[in-house]
Amino acid sequence: MSPRTQKFASAGLIVSVFVLWELICLAFGISELILPRPTQIVGAFLEYAPAIRPHAWQTLYTTMVGFFFGVLIGLSLGVLIGSSKLAYDTCYPLLVGISSIPKVAVVPIFVLWFGAGTVPAILTAMIICIFPIVVNVSTGIATVEPELEDVMRSLKASKWEILWNVGLPRSLPYFFASLKVAITLSFVGSVIAETVASNKGVGNMMLIASSSFNVPLVFSGLMVLATMGISLYAIFAFVERRMAGWAMRKDL
Amino acid sequence: MSRSDYVKLEGVGVTYGLGPDQTEALCPTDLSLSEGDFVALVGPSGCGKSTILKLVSELLKPTQGNIFFGGRELGARPVRVGMAFQSASLLPWMSIRDNVMLPLKIVPPFKSDYRSKRGGEYRDRVDALLEQVGLLDFADKNPWQLSGGMMQRANLCRALVHDPDLLLLDEPFGALDQFTREELWQTMQDLWLARKPTVLLVTHDLREAAYLANRVCVMSPRPGRIIEDRAVTFERPRPIDATFEPAFVKLVQELRSQIVHTPTGKRSSAA
Repeated sequence: MSPRTQKFASAGLIVSVFVLWELICLAFGISELILPRPTQIVGAFLEYAPAIRPHAWQTLYTTMVGFFFGVLIGLSLGVLIGSSKLAYDTCYPLLVGISSIPKVAVVPIFVLWFGAGTVPAILTAMIICIFPIVVNVSTGIATVEPELEDVMRSLKASKWEILWNVGLPRSLPYFFASLKVAITLSFVGSVIAETVASNKGVGNMMLIASSSFNVPLVFSGLMVLATMGISLYAIFAFVERRMAGWAMRKDL
Repeated sequence: MSRSDYVKLEGVGVTYGLGPDQTEALCPTDLSLSEGDFVALVGPSGCGKSTILKLVSELLKPTQGNIFFGGRELGARPVRVGMAFQSASLLPWMSIRDNVMLPLKIVPPFKSDYRSKRGGEYRDRVDALLEQVGLLDFADKNPWQLSGGMMQRANLCRALVHDPDLLLLDEPFGALDQFTREELWQTMQDLWLARKPTVLLVTHDLREAAYLANRVCVMSPRPGRIIEDRAVTFERPRPIDATFEPAFVKLVQELRSQIVHTPTGKRSSAA
């Protein structure tokens, strides 16, 4: 299949899922309290748009701030751990341990420490996206080909020069791949925190809407989250192609 | 300092591990290279050929013996080394030109002027080298757009661009097909004739050793030591066809008998 028909096929599948959804709801007369039709969801979105907007901004804000700090911490930790075998072997078990804790479980602790609201959401978004970045960046740096390292060392390059000229550029594709994962995880983090303890954000809005049985609004909240998540993913995918296209062997 | 003592290994040996687990990678070995020499080290795999290269390039410290460079102990002053391995290990995010230029960014005294000269003098220097190996048209390409032989040419350029005191080659043509390999031998010979670097080549291809080198040193199986040091006196430039002439074939066979017979002899004595 050519890339063009491939794209058409993908788009066609997405559209037909929504059409099928609409038709099945109509055919079986499913109540909007159980599963609203796509048209009803869009209708609810348009109707409540002014009310949704501040919540959407709040979620985007907490996600982006948390993501930013997560990237900062993840990148520095990854470089630190990746550039020394000792640090890599020492820290890895701890990191795996921390990463295996379900991040949802730490939200109550953040709430205990910082109170309900923006801070727990930011922290959850941050902590949830650190690990994939650390793992990817440190792996990228730690797996520099030994022959290449020998070439650099025979040139009497310092550890810093090897890191700057070889390790860091080499880990860029790993880094950007992890960013795509991390940004979607950040969304998960902030929405969970908003659902548990906040009076703002899309997660909170969906919670309130579901308690008042406004199911189309719940679904339009979902739609907003999906749109934001997909857009940010697309942005980072684009940045990845620009910055690390050599890894995919494309002509830049 | 006599000319023959440009690089000198005196009783240099390497052992790994401690106590009963100790393995001897290299028996105490003597070896010397004169300036501008081209010496090939051949021997069965695992005999410590690459260990010698790593010792001379200071990637590895000897557990006994001393290495001298230009009359002084290695490490007393920085020795400029160029190295090329079997895998070209070019950086995929850089053009061929930037890859070849990399040593100029790292090795003193070039590195201090890197920023000001990278677009001018250094670029010309790299391009001249690339032209010599027939890669100038590919200077702006990325490594993966080149064939294996071309990448290895670029690898040689990278090892030579900073005018190393010592060029160390660890089976640089080992992964190439026969025809490409022979082309690269000629390229290597041309580069050596033009620049006269001091070369230490590790290989297990005896034809390669005999074609390229001024001296072929044969090593015994692990733990290795040098069991023969043979001068190769064929006139240069040597054409590839010369490798099929009787004198050349005889030399290769004699070298081969050194390597192939030693282990059988050892086995019978052990039994």
